[in-house]
Amino acid sequence: MPADRMPLLDVRNLCVSVPANGGMIRLVENVSFCVDEAEIVGLVGESGSGKSVTAMALMGLIDSPGVQVRGSARFRGQELVGMAPRALRALRGRDIAMIFQDPMTAFTPVYTIGWQIDEQIRAHERLSRRAARARTVQLLAEMGVPDPARTAQRYPHQLSGGLRQRAMIAMALSCNPTLLIADEPTTALDVTVQAQILELLRGLRHSHGSSVLLITHDMGVVAQTCARTLVLYSGRMAESGPTSTLFARPAHPYTAALLDSIPPLDGPRPPRLPAIAGLPPTPRERPAGCAFGPRCAHVHATCLPAPPALASIGPGQQAACVLPAEGTPLPPRATAQATRP
Amino acid sequence: MNPSTPVLELRDVRKTYRLPRGQKLKAVDGISLRVMPGEMLGLVGESGCGKSTLGRCMLRLDDVSSGQVLFEGRDITTLSERKLRPLRPGMQMVFQNSTAALNPCRRIGDLLAEPLRVHPAPDGRRRTSATITARLHELMALVGLPASALARYPHAFSGGQRQRINIARALALSPRLVVADEPVSALDVSVQAQIVNLFADLRARLGLTYVFVAHDLAVVRQISTRVAVMYLGAIVECGETDAVLHAPAHPYTAALTAAVPRPVVGAAPAMLLRGDVPSPVNRPAGCRFHTRCPQAQARCGVEEPLLRAIRPGHEAACHYPLGGEHRKV
Repeated sequence: MPADRMPLLDVRNLCVSVPANGGMIRLVENVSFCVDEAEIVGLVGESGSGKSVTAMALMGLIDSPGVQVRGSARFRGQELVGMAPRALRALRGRDIAMIFQDPMTAFTPVYTIGWQIDEQIRAHERLSRRAARARTVQLLAEMGVPDPARTAQRYPHQLSGGLRQRAMIAMALSCNPTLLIADEPTTALDVTVQAQILELLRGLRHSHGSSVLLITHDMGVVAQTCARTLVLYSGRMAESGPTSTLFARPAHPYTAALLDSIPPLDGPRPPRLPAIAGLPPTPRERPAGCAFGPRCAHVHATCLPAPPALASIGPGQQAACVLPAEGTPLPPRATAQATRP
Repeated sequence: MNPSTPVLELRDVRKTYRLPRGQKLKAVDGISLRVMPGEMLGLVGESGCGKSTLGRCMLRLDDVSSGQVLFEGRDITTLSERKLRPLRPGMQMVFQNSTAALNPCRRIGDLLAEPLRVHPAPDGRRRTSATITARLHELMALVGLPASALARYPHAFSGGQRQRINIARALALSPRLVVADEPVSALDVSVQAQIVNLFADLRARLGLTYVFVAHDLAVVRQISTRVAVMYLGAIVECGETDAVLHAPAHPYTAALTAAVPRPVVGAAPAMLLRGDVPSPVNRPAGCRFHTRCPQAQARCGVEEPLLRAIRPGHEAACHYPLGGEHRKV
């Protein structure tokens, strides 16, 4: 990225620690990435890898006692880390909005969908109830909700999962945010509905000029939606780069192994899946060296003393692995899965 | 046992729940199915299609409203619990939520020993504690856990390990049929691959017959020899795994496979279906899929298509199956 252009969101060395047993445990360690205007960036990793914690820290939504958020996260040049709660509240919902995984718990069950979206609009803009409701109905219609005026009068439990998630996205977009953080927005949905919601997210770039930080564990969703991807492992960055490069030439053994362990839907069926043995370490028992070391097929002495630094591999691609620097990079992946019937 | 006798046979099985105001929810709406020995049947569909209910009906964990359930040729539809109990060791279930399925207050060894204590050995005698201990160690080795796990409590294990424990418990009595309801959907991809491999290994070693209830088509493809696709309580397509997934005859199967995001950059995103699955309380007249079907024609809204053979071993419930001469372009 040219130095003169400022990215929409610039996160540098973000660390999140929580107190435990008299010490501090680092849930997220030195995570750095940027999101450009009208760009969809994927944040992937397994459960416990710190992807949701990263998003919550950006939004200032972690309020557990004693939590420490360090590093820097600049949104249009404004520092989010340590921002006064009042200023952050004005930003949240208006400029940065969030979609949560479970739309059932993200809406309050005692008010109608319309009431809740109206409230968000009126919290940020001076609008009459009537004008706010008109905007709400229009937003619901844009999200493909059938009969939006009546749907606005319904309670969350009266809607299907897909409709609830659409209402959630409508609420997030109600103040035209420049950045949308979507935390596993389709995980609770069926594939046919997931396809509709992903289509909606892809369209937001053009219709609303919004950027999206998409948090997911599904490499299929990443491949179809994100221009760039960041892979987290045990709270640390394993690899980042353009999605196409990451899928074709992953530089970190974890990225490669993760991609290989997905059962293919097309092409030949392997007799056994190349699974990654073992489990990701919890933040408490993370090893001194590379966090993936204990499960890595290429682990050797240089991986053990300290976590490998992020090294630049190619255009826009970075990996926290010693292999490329040692002149033994991973081979490109076979494109057996590239065929589609 | 005669190898041509199905391990499990369903004949026009229905499961209806009564709702307030005289409404009825037809969760399973007339399903007939045979599962042959050694077969691995994948039961797929979206949430609310009745696949889990059907899985439970197969093992008489739920009673069916009408129809017949036959286990190894024997009608178990109306057997009393007492008469059913001697048959239970032959059919076991693995549940989706590995945490909820294990009593948090009991050690793993105790949890796994319970079925061995409840059910007598095949010779009709009670198992001695020495046989039980030996069997527990065997089971741990089978699912790839250390024997030390027996002395620990469920909370000490990760999701993948807990699912291994659930599988060990299901296998304790050497069942012939295992019904697994979404056994890997709560697991991370790298761990999911381990459990999928475990199921394949166990089948090769023990000659099990499986029914997998799952929503993830890629996992089902890896695990199953045959696939049945459900929509709103009925099977709309059934056949060999790759025939169904790669040359689907029913438009719903085609839409379902196309909607799965492939982990391939540049693959065209496919969205063939609009709207949500209709409520099973008011299911559409005629073909149950016609409200979302891109190929629907006038006849589909009136006349319900029955499951019929499209090719040998491949059935679909569609008036205008894909790949046929009636296909509308």
